[in-house]
Amino acid sequence: MAVSFEVNGIRRSLEVDPAMPLLWALRDTLGLVGTKFGCGAAQCGACTVHVDGRARRSCVTPVSAVAGKRVTTIEGLGGEVGAALRSAWIEGDVPQCGYCQPGQIMSAAVLLAENDRPTDEDVDLCMAGNVCRCGTYVRIRRAIHRAAELKREGRR
Amino acid sequence: MSATRRGFLRASAAAGGGLLLAFRLPLAAGAARAATAAPRARADELEPNAFVRIARDGAVTVIIAKAEMGQGVCTSMSMLLAEELDADWSKVGFEFAPVDPVYAHPGYGIQMTGGSTSTLGMSEPMRRAGATARALLIRAAAREWGVAEDECTTEPGAVLHAGSGRRAAYGDLVDAAAGLEVPEDVALKDPADFRIVGRPTPRLDTPDKVGGSATFGLDVSLPGMRTALVLHAPVFGARARTIRDGRARALPGVQRVVDVGSGVAVIAADFWSAKRGRDELEVDWDLGPNADLSTEALHARYEELSRTPGLVARLDGDPEAGMASSEQVLEADYRLPYLAHAPMEPLNCVVDLRADSMQIWAGTQFQTVDHAAAAATAGLDPGKVQLHTTFLGGGFGRRACPTSDYIVEAVKVAKVAGGPVRLVWTRDDDLAGGYYRPLWHDRLRAGLAADGSIRAWMHTIVGQSFIKGTAFEPFIIHDGIDHTSIEGADDMPYAIPDVLVDLHTTEVGVPTLWWRSVGHSHTAFAVECFLDELARAAGRDPLELRRALLGDRPRHARVLDLAAAEAGWGKPLPEGRARGVALHFSFQTYVAMVAEVSIDAGRPRVHRVTAAVDCGRTVNPDTVEAQIESAVAFGLTAALYGEITIREGRVQQTNFHDYRMLRIHEMPAVDVHLVESDEPPTGIGEPGVPPVAPAVCNALFALTGKPIRRLPIRTEDLA
Repeated sequence: MAVSFEVNGIRRSLEVDPAMPLLWALRDTLGLVGTKFGCGAAQCGACTVHVDGRARRSCVTPVSAVAGKRVTTIEGLGGEVGAALRSAWIEGDVPQCGYCQPGQIMSAAVLLAENDRPTDEDVDLCMAGNVCRCGTYVRIRRAIHRAAELKREGRR
Repeated sequence: MSATRRGFLRASAAAGGGLLLAFRLPLAAGAARAATAAPRARADELEPNAFVRIARDGAVTVIIAKAEMGQGVCTSMSMLLAEELDADWSKVGFEFAPVDPVYAHPGYGIQMTGGSTSTLGMSEPMRRAGATARALLIRAAAREWGVAEDECTTEPGAVLHAGSGRRAAYGDLVDAAAGLEVPEDVALKDPADFRIVGRPTPRLDTPDKVGGSATFGLDVSLPGMRTALVLHAPVFGARARTIRDGRARALPGVQRVVDVGSGVAVIAADFWSAKRGRDELEVDWDLGPNADLSTEALHARYEELSRTPGLVARLDGDPEAGMASSEQVLEADYRLPYLAHAPMEPLNCVVDLRADSMQIWAGTQFQTVDHAAAAATAGLDPGKVQLHTTFLGGGFGRRACPTSDYIVEAVKVAKVAGGPVRLVWTRDDDLAGGYYRPLWHDRLRAGLAADGSIRAWMHTIVGQSFIKGTAFEPFIIHDGIDHTSIEGADDMPYAIPDVLVDLHTTEVGVPTLWWRSVGHSHTAFAVECFLDELARAAGRDPLELRRALLGDRPRHARVLDLAAAEAGWGKPLPEGRARGVALHFSFQTYVAMVAEVSIDAGRPRVHRVTAAVDCGRTVNPDTVEAQIESAVAFGLTAALYGEITIREGRVQQTNFHDYRMLRIHEMPAVDVHLVESDEPPTGIGEPGVPPVAPAVCNALFALTGKPIRRLPIRTEDLA
């Protein structure tokens, strides 16, 4: 049975097991490997993507659940929020090993899309599901505040 | 790995020529030259040596012999080379090295990354590689212009001749330089003239990591590649007795089920098919001798052992007599659990095995060892095997495994896969897969004199050796003492008249391994926490006590003073908060930390960690800062949560819900203060880890009056 959905603006129709997690449909079937496998159990956030603009852990989301929906991965993260986050992340030299960073950025993007001026508490709430074993948290926090600033400046 | 590091420093010094001589040492026994280690230079590129290529458009490609696992090594190595090449930094890129003896670790003789030695070991080779390349470009320009080489100078990315006002960009000298003899005897810059090294420099790998295009092992894909998952034995050393795989093999996508010794592999079209197949396997296991293993029993056994004399690692004076003549004798037992490295990227390896050749892609810290093990497993001449190093989604020591466990497993799978195959470990494979930081028992005793000074000190260590039985044994184990078990204990810096450090090395069927900071991860905890217990018993301030014992240790004293001053040691804190201090020297680097903590609903809350670091001259100060931030998170994760437990031979933890990681809301503020230094650069990846747990526990001790003697920190130990 084919599952159809949109990935980064392109319509896709996949002949896969409907129970296959979206993560593996993206990685193994579509070759979009920016979305990472860390735990397979929604415990670490490395696999975070957007489904209709909301953050989802793709490792536990069956591909059938996104039928007819819009999926955005790190490769397709655009707009002012995407640009602000990328700039802030690069400016703050956030990544170390870098493996969790696409998931971190995808989670942060949802926060910034809704909140121009997140507090530290907002950051904690939004980002607590994303593990970074290298411990880049100090820089992630700083980069989110900086990205919010860039986004606000972009608006003016 | 500091034991070998010490050996290496001695060896280098003895050789008289420093690192460059050591750099030419032959590979360790058993290693062999890889296939086509040949340079990948294109026809239009100049390759002055194995570490750099220069293209006609001026692009400089630095070849990185080290594994990039987050420590920033691809940038720091490039900075060192670019500094001496006088490169235009905006044109510098990098590439990971193939397996070749020329990329061997200057001290260890094999290609590997570990022991926080990359900067220490590679600074001079990288600088020299850059300097010789620069000299070659000058030679080429001088010949073109018909002037003397010593009349030429460089500016970033170009050779200049002041007399004639001529200038040639490096890229324009590629053809002229081709075929010229590469100068050998070149002078290195005076560090005072550095314009790249020592300045905070943006990492070269950041943009790709931010955009999601950096290639980790798990991202490698080959045409027709299959995926294999292995149902690993539930108990270390268990073997499959009977395998019922009918249901698994009936699933779409599942192609083969095969016993690979370490478990039963399911080879399938993709991850999901392999996972479903693995879930359907029914295996009866011959559990073997470890079926009754329990960490609770181990702790009890280790405590008993700690009451008996071990092999003596250090003996100063007469500790028994020192104890007997003391006014007060204190003792404490410190217990530390097995710990998993838990890198974010689960272990994996891609293998393309052909009839007479093999290619491997892996995020590995251990190229030479893995390459040799893979070739032996495949039954191929090492010359027919290529290993490609990818980015590592974390390493922390796990990807430097003397048995090359996941690489060998992947090659075993490849032998039956009938085409390219990718082995993937899931998170539960990772957590239950062994190669842990050993479980440790540290028994401390000390005698205090009437004046509150420490008269005698006895430290008995009980735990496994992961060096024994490996190729590293002759270098690290001496007279039965594995130096990685006692490092940080035998060289504790405090001036105490009578000192004994002894060791019991146990045999347990749990595979263990170096884990970021290795032996220091337990010795720093025991030594530094015990000092605070002594300070309290003697009625002395913990900082003052340490300070008084560091008479002839100026670099230790300096970081301690700096951390204390910056943290405001002794100044009032809000109600419910306290500070704790810890000091530790490891990997040739001195680190002191002050943690500020409170207790919130029965759990420790760490608000701030102030660190002072002396790692000699820094290459990239921003990376040094990042590594200390990282070490705080890593050390705090272990202090608050880290514990692998085993019951009836089975590892209890399966994922991040029961093997917890520090999360963003638990991350303290981290202030890093670097000691200005002209000493040679030393390690930074690991030295920040050891002081974290003792600084935090000492702060909690100050708050509650109750010493913490086991990790992770339990709520009941705070009441």
